[in-house]
Amino acid sequence: MAQFNLDVTRDHCPMTFVRTKIQLSKLATGDVLDVLVTEGEPLENIPRSSTEQGFNVLSITETDQKGIHLISIQK
Amino acid sequence: MSEQKKLSIIGFSGDFDKLTAAFTLATGAAAIGYEVNLFFTFWGLDALKIKQGRSPVGKGFLPKVFGLFMGGLKSAPVSRLNFLGLSPKIFRYLMRKNNVATLEELVEAAKELNVNIYACEMAMHILGIQKSDLIHEVKDVLGVPTFLKISEGGQTLFI
Repeated sequence: MAQFNLDVTRDHCPMTFVRTKIQLSKLATGDVLDVLVTEGEPLENIPRSSTEQGFNVLSITETDQKGIHLISIQK
Repeated sequence: MSEQKKLSIIGFSGDFDKLTAAFTLATGAAAIGYEVNLFFTFWGLDALKIKQGRSPVGKGFLPKVFGLFMGGLKSAPVSRLNFLGLSPKIFRYLMRKNNVATLEELVEAAKELNVNIYACEMAMHILGIQKSDLIHEVKDVLGVPTFLKISEGGQTLFI
């Protein structure tokens, strides 16, 4: 089981989802991807679409940086 | 598990902005789990040419002239205020500056997300374009009935 990090806070639609999906597709079962996202569309949709695609959203936590959240997703 | 959602886009335009819209929708939908089918016809085929600049692609004199003027992805004009090809360069600069994916990045993302890319048999025939002139990610060369069958049950857009 490995852990990977991805920061999409500087990206915009559709690359926030696109970069997340590309990284998720590279995970092996049990691996975890931690994605840093901004509030709004990425924060609402990355957890939802990940769940819909069979991934397990372990946690969503607000970071010390204002408006930046960390989503932990496991395959 | 529910049936996979589906988005099919008919890519008719070879304009930079409209191709950007098509690939933005395609990659966004693929990223959230949609099956995505891109069917390129007429000017839209420019997006699929291996030679991305101006090149006499096509079989025969007239198709070669067309091919030379139309070019590929790198020479796509914007649909309004093209200013002799200056505007696409400005757009690319603004996209990079604002961390928005450029058209080329969106095309690469579409390939990586396994978006299904198809080319129109009839338009290829008119323009003298062979499958070997197109990027190898083109899954198949299709006619209308097959595209309708592939897109059945999903949303279809014409861009």
